[in-house]
Amino acid sequence: MARYAVRKLVHTAFVAFGVVSLVFVALRMSGDPAATMLPGDASIDELVALRKVLGLDQSLGVQYARFLGDALRGDFGTSFRHQQPALGLVLERLPATLELAFAALLLAVVVALPLGILAALHRGRALDVLAMGLAVVGQATPYFWMGLMLILIVAVELAWLPTSGRGGLAFLVLPAITLGTHFAAVLARLTRTTMLETLTQNYVTTARAKGLGEGRVILAHALKNAAVPVVTLIGLQFGTLLGGAVVTETIFAWPGVGRLAVQSIFARDYPVVQASVFVLALTFVAINLLVDLLYGVLDPRIRDE
Amino acid sequence: MSRRLGWPLLLPAALVLAAVLAAILAPWISPASPTTGELGARLKPPVWQAGGSVQRLLGSDLLGRDVLSRLLWGARISLSIALAATILGAVVGSTVGLVAGYYRGLADGALTKLIDVQLGFPFVLLAISVIAVAGPGIGVLVVVLAVGSWVGHARIVRGLALSLRERDYVHAARAVGAGNARILLRHLLPEVLSVILILATFDVGRIIILESTLSFLGLGVQPPTPSWGSDLRDAAIYIRRAWWTAAFPGLAIMVVVLGVNLLGDALRDAFDPRTVASRSS
Repeated sequence: MARYAVRKLVHTAFVAFGVVSLVFVALRMSGDPAATMLPGDASIDELVALRKVLGLDQSLGVQYARFLGDALRGDFGTSFRHQQPALGLVLERLPATLELAFAALLLAVVVALPLGILAALHRGRALDVLAMGLAVVGQATPYFWMGLMLILIVAVELAWLPTSGRGGLAFLVLPAITLGTHFAAVLARLTRTTMLETLTQNYVTTARAKGLGEGRVILAHALKNAAVPVVTLIGLQFGTLLGGAVVTETIFAWPGVGRLAVQSIFARDYPVVQASVFVLALTFVAINLLVDLLYGVLDPRIRDE
Repeated sequence: MSRRLGWPLLLPAALVLAAVLAAILAPWISPASPTTGELGARLKPPVWQAGGSVQRLLGSDLLGRDVLSRLLWGARISLSIALAATILGAVVGSTVGLVAGYYRGLADGALTKLIDVQLGFPFVLLAISVIAVAGPGIGVLVVVLAVGSWVGHARIVRGLALSLRERDYVHAARAVGAGNARILLRHLLPEVLSVILILATFDVGRIIILESTLSFLGLGVQPPTPSWGSDLRDAAIYIRRAWWTAAFPGLAIMVVVLGVNLLGDALRDAFDPRTVASRSS
């Protein structure tokens, strides 16, 4: 397990390095940050001056080396809007984003796993058709529309829950449903497929033949082996979840990193955009490392690959 | 084959066809202009609600523009962008994947690493970083969406090419003197074409959602151009006063994406004998 963990750590370090490089490429290749940061009526002299301050007048190689150095030290510059270090601003808001993402994840798992398992056990019958129908519709619904409709129906018409902001559990419900629905839909479908596959395996037949109860067979034998693809999906989808958090936070005025990033784009607060993207991307990389390590625990065969 | 062309394929195909027809015919079937509104008829409800009229079947928005007309014209923009981005992503991704998987070597190693890195990067963040600098616009949007979708194609086609290159018929083709280009185009490409088609179908659905998401955030299609996502951005502001401006564009997205995804499912079942076999067992 130790060797497996080290291998995964090295891989993660490589991906993290690649992600940082990708941020550099995305931010530098798509235009002139200095021109983006200045107001429309800025003079050429101002532009040249700002390019010099940002180091944009130097060669790409030098810029890249500086970017890597700054990223390593966590120095993304100072926010124009808040006059504070950009990274600090982002990290302040990270707990709110993680709270939302994990709430959505938890909600999705709690709803989707039983739904997928029940659908598999009732294959072809009404429950299966209904569950999978819901999943297919859930998968086709964009986050922001889901959020708007929940606000309209649950918060405005029924006035059951607050429309926006962060506070107690009541504030978390609608954003978590909004963010979790798509994931729940994908997860329910995968759980069903995986369960159907495991249920035809010989060891399940054996377990039944030895006279184990159906509950035992499903929980102890089938579910345990269905866990690997399900955990994989959770890892892969976490990135989508962080992306969806950007939208969800914007709709519900949830004070997280995603909302900060979007506001900063419109405020031309470039250092904050950069720091937000960086922090969210590294969060995703870290989650994937956790998932990889969890794999090794769930399926010892994976360690030796 | 006839059994496979049942409801699971025909129903979603009909939904998608309807959306495509709406997009193509928008200039002729729209009851009103999508961009010029009647300020006297602002925020009119749909026809079945009190105060609605037959002139505005689905009501009007804050600027008095006909919601139905904007929906039809929006289909044009949203579907064109999705189609362009899907094709761009599929062509680039499949070409890179096919070549890398066939030739192996250094380029293949580099590609695998690049795929790992991009999959370690949530797409919306990538889009935000590019659009933050390049500024929003339809051209930028298409490129960004294609950048988001090429990896899927590259990864899967590369895997297929890796196994196909060792097949007997490829060895045989090489033995009778076929060049690399001929093997790639005549022997490998036809084998992976169905997979590319299925992947691309699912991509269309994903990309429609991503495009509308970016447009909703104000990072995609810009007003006054009608697009489902940017219309919802405006609608969100006065959703309490006019639910119809928010409900219908989202419903349009949902129905089209549902149709495309179900079509993808049906195509996959039709092309992949393994799923078909497991279904009939």
